[in-house]
Amino acid sequence: MSSQHPEQQAEQAADRLPAQVEEERREQPIARTGMFGSKTTGDTSGYGGLVVRQSPKVGAPRPYGGPDGAAEPGEFDEIADQLERAFPDYGDAIERVVIHRGEMTFFVKREHLREVARTMRDDPSLRFELCSAVSGVHYPQDTGAELHSVTHLLSITHNRRVRLEATCPDADPHVPSLVPVYPTSDWHERETYDFFGIVYDGHPALTRIQMPDDWVGHPQRKDYPLGGIPVEYRGAEIPPPDERRSYT
Amino acid sequence: MSSTKYTEYDAYAAADEATEGRVFDVAGQDWDEVVAGAEDLGDERLVVNMGPQHPSTHGVLRIILTLDGETVDEARVVIGYLHTGIEKNMEFRTWTQGTTFCTRMDYLAPIFNETAYCLGVEKLLGVTDQVPERAQIIRVMLMELNRISSHLVAIATFGLELGATTVMLNGFIEREYTLDLFEEITGLRMNMAYVRPGGVAQDLPSGALSKVRDYLDRMPKRLQALRKLMDSNPVYLARTKDVAYLDLTGCMALGVTGPVLRATGLPWDLRKSQPYCGYETYDFEVATQDTCDVYGRYLVRMAEMEESLKIVEQCVERLQGTRGPVMIEDKKIGWPAQLAIGADGMGNSPKHIAHIMGTSMEALIHHFKLVTEGFRVPAGQAYSHIESPRGELGAHVVSDGGTRPYRVHFREPSFVNLQATPAMAEGGMIADVIAAVASIDPVMGGVDR
Repeated sequence: MSSQHPEQQAEQAADRLPAQVEEERREQPIARTGMFGSKTTGDTSGYGGLVVRQSPKVGAPRPYGGPDGAAEPGEFDEIADQLERAFPDYGDAIERVVIHRGEMTFFVKREHLREVARTMRDDPSLRFELCSAVSGVHYPQDTGAELHSVTHLLSITHNRRVRLEATCPDADPHVPSLVPVYPTSDWHERETYDFFGIVYDGHPALTRIQMPDDWVGHPQRKDYPLGGIPVEYRGAEIPPPDERRSYT
Repeated sequence: MSSTKYTEYDAYAAADEATEGRVFDVAGQDWDEVVAGAEDLGDERLVVNMGPQHPSTHGVLRIILTLDGETVDEARVVIGYLHTGIEKNMEFRTWTQGTTFCTRMDYLAPIFNETAYCLGVEKLLGVTDQVPERAQIIRVMLMELNRISSHLVAIATFGLELGATTVMLNGFIEREYTLDLFEEITGLRMNMAYVRPGGVAQDLPSGALSKVRDYLDRMPKRLQALRKLMDSNPVYLARTKDVAYLDLTGCMALGVTGPVLRATGLPWDLRKSQPYCGYETYDFEVATQDTCDVYGRYLVRMAEMEESLKIVEQCVERLQGTRGPVMIEDKKIGWPAQLAIGADGMGNSPKHIAHIMGTSMEALIHHFKLVTEGFRVPAGQAYSHIESPRGELGAHVVSDGGTRPYRVHFREPSFVNLQATPAMAEGGMIADVIAAVASIDPVMGGVDR
């Protein structure tokens, strides 16, 4: 028996594909250069010239399978089929579907987000009646889609979960609000606005919720520093966490 | 109190008067003056700031109430007074260090915070199946003990807020016994950082199980005593029955989970419906009530504590039968050091130190790399969800393939459930606002993170 995780095996298999994949990869934007986060001569590993590109955005192929694996059509295929049936603009609205670690993510074009969510909630075969959470993620390298608004949906009727992810560029940080569909996303969206600056259009009162009302900036963004002061301990000075060497 | 008029001693009134209406600065024992002042104004509506330092607001919760007499017209909840940036801080530490931060969110349920986070990291690593069984049993046992201690605080503080110190003292003494067990097992009473990605920090110390057994012997009687004090107490019933009504439709729309949801009659418990940590192998019932009121939520919590005792009992039986590791075997993830309790607290065991400093250079390098740099987690995102005492606690964990979390977001049940306050309180009496908030059992550390 192989000790490798099946997904790891799949990744390695993908790496061995013909040269065309390499070309695809070379077209991707650069994620980082060098190693160990060092920008100066501190990197003696020989990896200073390393160029790591972002992995291409790929959607999962059919069959999607279910939470336990993708060998044969399962729960996730059912959800996708039902949504395709109940939402006529499926092909236009859903950019791609990602199946990872037994979870399903629909990347929804932002202009369709509210309608997709409404279908998800109202269609009896989908019936995602509970919105678990909304959270934001900031990917500064993801040009044109820097800000992601991630909505976690739960269906108590069918005992399933899916994730809706909508993106918006930094220059135009607007995503439609889901409050008309899921009133619970009120505070979640206020929090995501507060931390990331994503403006949820149609939210009844989009104000800051955790930070003071007059706060400047959106603290969870990657370009917002953590802050902190160096700490002295037994004569040695320890820099603040965001200035320490990082190993990514 | 002095007979001075409020206008004379109220330092802030003049500045604020222009905005809307007249401002009264209530410093205590001057209610008569406020009432007289309000009468002068001839305005029926009174806007009252409850909190953020009101003792019954569970920390620093602020509720802006618009009152018509004693009836609440409008309730607006303001949070953020305890925001500590835990999620941001976690982005600057290793995956393992993350537990130390997130355990401090909901400080009444630290084990749950840790477990939700660690389950998310394990899912992203793809090692969920490799976590040793013994570690999973210990996690379940501690979570259930934690559920008891958390519910006890919920009920105890609730008693206090309604003016019953007996309930408070009784609840807190039982909680104290539970915290003693935590201290015995993890070394700390709160904020343990005991659950780690891949397992738990260390095995149970010898003698811990017999202490848990003593606890199991004592606890049912204690809970019975609490029930005797509350279940059919006429004063308690008058304050809780049919108060702060929120039905299933309301819960769904507002995303409310946990005891509040189960008090509407829906047996939705993630331990049963989407099991984790092996909960499907334990025998327990999901407690429900169908009254949708504060009393129903109290009954659900009481029944849940009794069920938790049953689970803890099963855990003790299993732990007695199993031996083995409590940390994942994969040396690239599992914490290298064995911990030991020394005279000055918990630290690396002397045996491990002797090994890395005296005999094995490779072990030293490995230890150094894993402790300072940490392990890498494959890029992607995962959402883990567990049933915390307050409802669904979720962790949305995002990795970019590095040694630090790229983003961790917690779906805190307190945060979500607190949104239901206006739905529960508006149209009711001002005194019932306290009961409504207390029945949600929000912990501001979790709400604000």
